[in-house]
Amino acid sequence: MTNSENNSVQPDGGTYSGVWSPPSIYYNKYTKWVIYSLIILFSIWSILDLQISLDRFITGLGAGSQLLSEMLPPAATSRQVDLIISGVIESFAMANVSTVVGILISIPVAFMASENLAPKPIYSFGRGVISISRAFHELVIAIIAVVALGFGPLAGVVALVFNTVGFYAKLLAEEIEDMDEGQVEAVRAAGASPTQVLIYGVIPQVIPRIVGLSVYRWDINIRKSTIVGIVGAGGIGITLLNAFNRYDYDFGITILLVIVAIVMIGESVSAFVRGRVS
Amino acid sequence: MGGGLSEINSEDWHLHNRRTRILRFAALLITAVLLLVSWQALGVRYDYAISAPVYLSDLLGRMFPPNAGYTGEILGPLLETVHIAILGTILAILMALPVAFISAHNTTPNKITYVLGKFIISFSRSVNVIIWALFFVIVFGPGALAGVVSVAVRSIGFTAKLLSEAIEEIDFGQVEAIDATGAGPFLILIYSIVPQVKPAFVSIATYRWDINVRAASVLGLVGAGGIGVELQTSVNSYAWGSVLTIMLAILGVVIISELVSAYFRKKVS
Repeated sequence: MTNSENNSVQPDGGTYSGVWSPPSIYYNKYTKWVIYSLIILFSIWSILDLQISLDRFITGLGAGSQLLSEMLPPAATSRQVDLIISGVIESFAMANVSTVVGILISIPVAFMASENLAPKPIYSFGRGVISISRAFHELVIAIIAVVALGFGPLAGVVALVFNTVGFYAKLLAEEIEDMDEGQVEAVRAAGASPTQVLIYGVIPQVIPRIVGLSVYRWDINIRKSTIVGIVGAGGIGITLLNAFNRYDYDFGITILLVIVAIVMIGESVSAFVRGRVS
Repeated sequence: MGGGLSEINSEDWHLHNRRTRILRFAALLITAVLLLVSWQALGVRYDYAISAPVYLSDLLGRMFPPNAGYTGEILGPLLETVHIAILGTILAILMALPVAFISAHNTTPNKITYVLGKFIISFSRSVNVIIWALFFVIVFGPGALAGVVSVAVRSIGFTAKLLSEAIEEIDFGQVEAIDATGAGPFLILIYSIVPQVKPAFVSIATYRWDINVRAASVLGLVGAGGIGVELQTSVNSYAWGSVLTIMLAILGVVIISELVSAYFRKKVS
């Protein structure tokens, strides 16, 4: 607990107000109420701005139950099963390729973005690459990549690679900044060149993290590869969007369940491998 | 030991034993094969792949300069994006609180509720926000309401998971102390559990809000409100200058929300 100030304790020691109040993190009780009322006002503003009305919500609940009844039970014809299988394979392949390519790009970026290795201008450049890559949702990149490269998995791979770099390089750079400088100094003292310092002093220290992060990112890319199809960038997402657009809801829910299953399998594999590595 | 040094041949020294080396080699080999097979499965046309850098740089060229005149028009949608994230997060917290209490092993009433809580968490987490949005756009019609609900439903799992972990780490002595005063379950909750998880709660809520701002920026691609609607319109009409303006705007909002969230998390940690 971080609460430190107890406002009811009088500093002069003699006179206590007699009423106990719990310790508070706020400067005084006015600040507290100002902050609370700001939060409430902001929420009210949000509701007004979005023009959310209760009866629309209630109508929606009716529509929702009808949608659910159309979705259940899940169903798919044999042709649709083939569509699902090819979509899943494509998503899986996209995740694999973009993880490997993304990591190959991320590792040098991570070295650039480590404060203890890179000179200031290179460090700023590395951090800039990371911030830009992290700021955009993969679908923002995917929708642009689709126009630039055409429909299909290549656009999806580009979007996932772009997204991988920020995540992977950021976490790896943090690991590099936390490493033991002594080992680097020892290698340097032996007369190693900067490349040799990286290979013999830095990389052995961060290898477990590189492997763990790779598997973790692979797991995330599996999740993302199932949705980039919604903007036409390949994978099972295209099939899902088509099913919804054709009001083919029982097929849609089948695809959704398949996606949930893939995501859960990916998560278990990743958790297992990370458990082994660390 | 003594005297052995001269017998050690430097050729015999290895960093790892044979088993580790074989395992590592096997892992690399599997990765390489998987990569090759995956690349084949994608069926990428090589002429496309080779021309990709040219197309991309051409595209970037067309994006500059960003369409500054467009800035005024996107302020509204940008604000809507932030509002969706805020309302979605608040709604998510309201729904996640009970889920967090039933999926923490020290506060859950019984085994069935525990399993139910864990199920809600993993189900909410395995469906992406954009898929929830597809679903809720059909339910509530296009617009921000669908966006708010999808952000909320998606965030339940994350929020409840982290919060239940915080609840599991509380000092149980404080609970017992309040219990010993004769307080009922509700009072125990308010006076012994809530104060202990409050800092974690604030940091989880602001962290999730930060994530949700990013997620809300794409909801418009399926019609669920926010800046994504503008993005799709501009991309579809090849207005690349406007696309860059939107991207810069998203970048700005995301960076601000990250700073705000980092400030609050630092304040309570």
